[in-house]
Amino acid sequence: MDTEARKVVEMGWGGNERLVMNMGPQHPSAHGVFRAILTLEGETVVAVDAVIGYLHRCHEKLGETLTYVQYPTIASKTDYVAAMTSELAYVLAVEHLGKFEVPKRAQYLRVIAAELQRIASHCLWLGTWCLDIGGALGGGATIFLYAIREREDVLDLFEALTGARLLYGFHQVGGTRYDVPAGWDKQVRETIDRIERRLDEYEAMLEDNAFFLVRTQGVGVISPELAQEVGISGPLIRGSGIDFDLRRWAPYSSYEDFDFRVPVETAGDCYARYRVRMVEFRESITIVRQALDGLPEGPISSRPGVKSVGQVRVPKGEGYARVEGARGEVGCCIVADGSPKPYRMKWRGASFSNLAILPHILPGCKIADVVAIMGSIDPVFGEVDR
Amino acid sequence: MTSSEAATLIRERFRAEPVVDGRAVTVAVGRDRWQELGAFARERLGCLYFNWLSAIDWKEQGLEVVGRVENLGTRLVLIMRTKLGAETHCPTLVGVWKGADWMERECFDMFGITFDGHPDLRRILLAQDWVGHPLRKDWVDTGYTPYR
Repeated sequence: MDTEARKVVEMGWGGNERLVMNMGPQHPSAHGVFRAILTLEGETVVAVDAVIGYLHRCHEKLGETLTYVQYPTIASKTDYVAAMTSELAYVLAVEHLGKFEVPKRAQYLRVIAAELQRIASHCLWLGTWCLDIGGALGGGATIFLYAIREREDVLDLFEALTGARLLYGFHQVGGTRYDVPAGWDKQVRETIDRIERRLDEYEAMLEDNAFFLVRTQGVGVISPELAQEVGISGPLIRGSGIDFDLRRWAPYSSYEDFDFRVPVETAGDCYARYRVRMVEFRESITIVRQALDGLPEGPISSRPGVKSVGQVRVPKGEGYARVEGARGEVGCCIVADGSPKPYRMKWRGASFSNLAILPHILPGCKIADVVAIMGSIDPVFGEVDR
Repeated sequence: MTSSEAATLIRERFRAEPVVDGRAVTVAVGRDRWQELGAFARERLGCLYFNWLSAIDWKEQGLEVVGRVENLGTRLVLIMRTKLGAETHCPTLVGVWKGADWMERECFDMFGITFDGHPDLRRILLAQDWVGHPLRKDWVDTGYTPYR
């Protein structure tokens, strides 16, 4: 090719000119409404402007207008894929402030609910993520349908427990609202046994697939320094070699009674995050088994049932409670002024902090990797936008 | 480093009175020493982990910025606070922790606090043409008031 023609190609059509491209807000791989304004050089991302807020409902303002009795049911709407988690964070903060006791049985029930929720949430993550990087997995719909099948089983358990499949209203200040129905114990054990067997199948499906490995290994590497500085948590930070799990770090709701492993991978890439979550599946199953075995008898709440919306009052003060959700640290900070409503409530959404890593790791990636990285972060936009 | 050791270091450097509660140390400093406190927390106390940053509107007493950072090795938690008084300006922490970027944008969005030195201070959750800052106590909601 002569110099002039080369110049045309390199500087003109296929070369160094930059292209600004919108990815989203209605992109199938966005797991919700998320818009990334990508600046591309050919196939390579050079800059990204993440636009969030499409699902914003101002939960923090809602928290100031609703009482301690009313809000827990709304709390589940922040992270609707793992609704149990945010309910738990909110009631823990109120209990911390009001120094309310929680009966041991209620604490165990909360652990069972939280761990089943983690399994259900990771199922959705596995399915949708593999669907996103689909081409490499023969369409990817196979594993999506398998994972959703498992999630459905867990949702059936929640339906038997609370009567709802998505937003539960299971927690209340001082304990839980529902006790386990007859035969639930057996149903749970059957379900988790089945899921545990099928996990081996998924791992074989994915890890024996050369395309899957190429798409995930070495892609979207987060260094431990960057991970801390941005404040990511959950499977992301554990995939970057930092052992930070609140269940171990600052146990709440009797987590110190259970014996489980916290998986840590050092590579920091998409594959490391995948491995961490796959181990977490199994650890959650172990915790559920232990909690079912040791489930104490007794009351499920230290407080009477809800009769009026202003029933719970806490003294003046500030309280912060945090739980290890499926996506990381879900924290709730409440400033109380002695009335039945918080003076100020702050959500520390795990997905919000996790998503903030994107502008730091996307530059330099290929555009196809953007999809794989997004999925490995597992954001839920209800929690990002709150 | 334990929380009481950290409190001693802070007391010496900032002449502030830190409150120790278990592993958590709460310290309030003036706005002029906010960035200094951030750098001190990172360099001397090893608080590399940026957890969150937000604000509280205390009505007549003005706004207060609250930040939470941690040392994941020693499990030290530092809660940093600064009262802005009648002002709505606060120095940025983006130069200390990258995570402060989105958190400060959210704070600007919801409270109207201008973080001086922030490289990209735009609204983040609300639309760019939104008027007002909803988490201010003087922000009046529109007619729809379901719970009163």
